[in-house]
Amino acid sequence: MTRYILNRLGQSLVLLVLVSMIGFAVLNLAPGGPLSQFALTPGMTQADLDRISAQMGLDRPLVVQYADWFWRLLRGDWGRSFRDSRPVLDVIGGHFGATLLLMGTATVISVTIGTWVGIKGATKRYSIFDYAATVGAMVALSIPTFWFGLVAIYIFSLKLGWLPAGNMYTIGNGSFLDYAIHLIMPAMVLALVDVAVWSRYMRTATLDVINQDFVRTARAKGMTPRRVLMKHVVGNALLPMITLAGLQVPTLLGGALVTETVFTWPGMGRLFLDSLGYQDYPVVMGLLMFSAILVLLSNLAADLLTAFVDPRIRLT
Amino acid sequence: MSVSSTPINRPIKSGWWNSRTFRRFVRHRLAALGVVMVILLTLACVIGPYLLPYNDLYIDLRARFSPPLTGYHFLGTDPLGRDIAARLLMAGRISMLVGFAAMILSTMIGATIGVVAGYYGGRIGTVLMRFVDAVLSFPSIFLLLALAAFIKPSPIMITVIIAITSWMEVARIVEAEVRSLRERDFIMAARMLGLSNRWIMFRELLPNAMGPIIVAATLTVARAILLEAYVSFLGYGIQPPLPSWGNMLNGAQQYLQSAPWLAIIPGVAITLAVTSFNFIGDGLRDALDARSDLN
Repeated sequence: MTRYILNRLGQSLVLLVLVSMIGFAVLNLAPGGPLSQFALTPGMTQADLDRISAQMGLDRPLVVQYADWFWRLLRGDWGRSFRDSRPVLDVIGGHFGATLLLMGTATVISVTIGTWVGIKGATKRYSIFDYAATVGAMVALSIPTFWFGLVAIYIFSLKLGWLPAGNMYTIGNGSFLDYAIHLIMPAMVLALVDVAVWSRYMRTATLDVINQDFVRTARAKGMTPRRVLMKHVVGNALLPMITLAGLQVPTLLGGALVTETVFTWPGMGRLFLDSLGYQDYPVVMGLLMFSAILVLLSNLAADLLTAFVDPRIRLT
Repeated sequence: MSVSSTPINRPIKSGWWNSRTFRRFVRHRLAALGVVMVILLTLACVIGPYLLPYNDLYIDLRARFSPPLTGYHFLGTDPLGRDIAARLLMAGRISMLVGFAAMILSTMIGATIGVVAGYYGGRIGTVLMRFVDAVLSFPSIFLLLALAAFIKPSPIMITVIIAITSWMEVARIVEAEVRSLRERDFIMAARMLGLSNRWIMFRELLPNAMGPIIVAATLTVARAILLEAYVSFLGYGIQPPLPSWGNMLNGAQQYLQSAPWLAIIPGVAITLAVTSFNFIGDGLRDALDARSDLN
């Protein structure tokens, strides 16, 4: 177990270094590189630019620049926003909560519906329900999230007037209920793709378990089908889902970006787009690295959790 | 694992809908439906614009915001009074072309990296596959938008950027496939014949991994069309006046109350196209992979 954990930690570190290299490469693709913010200032001469470049250490070899950048990344010094000069990590921190709330709610919704649909599809295989779920999942995977959001706003806000069309709360009314009402639609929209993915995987996982010998033994003992399902099948089928939860984080983050844009939800995705619009590259780069690190951490957490829960890994 | 596995809580009810033949038939039906839809969409986008009375850039200011099925404009007009039907078909050309081109490019990148990683294995393979993991750690829309914002957006650059952010699946699939093929007798024979590594990789291994590659490539078209729609919707993809399904939706949100058709029509087109490619991909996977029979 210890060995497995150390091994897995080592892998994550290697990935972090690779991820930071890709991030650094993207940073250097920015038009004019990190100097672009000054190049637009009127009255700036080439001599000024050279001086700033030397001050920022941009005349050093790329390897040294990278090492310096990576070191500051690790220390939490992610630079300052061009827009309001606040430290990048503070800016991101101010928007992270809203995204986490949205993603968390969406995950709860999709895990609940998705596992139910998956289990039902597997136990009633080849039923009309199973076909409908299969086809439905494929269509759900094909609908652009932002368009689904627009259609939902059109129906539930504009036509029926049941739910607010955007924002996280009504100004002057910060009650729990108010937050909840604003959360429903974006969370459902974000959950759509996830429900499809969860139901497909849960169906396969359940079928894998159902066909195993210990399930047949349990049935042969005379256990009721319901108890077999609850006690032996579902628990085992849920195990690989922990890994899936980790793997779904990049998709969720990407979906959150579009959902937040459509619903003017004040999270990281909106911040990313706003920063792109203002050419606020430190924040853009910060968010890119932040989301990648988030993905690495959630995959690591999922694997460690699996190792902890699954005796087949825990005891080796 | 036996093929005729039994669900635990009840015996399989026998009915016309649950024989394997019917199941295959349905799946193939969906795939066939996908093929028909793709052909129809392609034909409509290629021929359609010549049959319509308006072109996609003609501005008819008096007919701004006409709803569908009223007046002379079959699908209505946009805020500038341009014919939506004409724009939709021209946009389809761009979106599907970008999707296809991105698929070809990303499959080439993915297959090359996958076959090299799988064939050489060892340190080269590990480094390459870790690199794949690292790229996959970035949510693709974030990476796509950052690159699109830094680079001057033209349809070709958008295609390249989409390919850069979607080759990883193919690489993983090819790597796994090649790793299992590598030890087979025909590769041993090829080695003993003294064939070059490059010949073995691209003439022996890749053709034998074609099945999974074709499945992945089909699904990549769907993905690429979606990704183009996302970046263009957000304003960093295909730039107007050139229409694409994504950028037709850009700005549609502010007219959602007064002119909902602006948002609904292009979205239906995207969903149709993407669903069709996903159906085809799923059907192909079913046909090419014997294991999928079990599920």
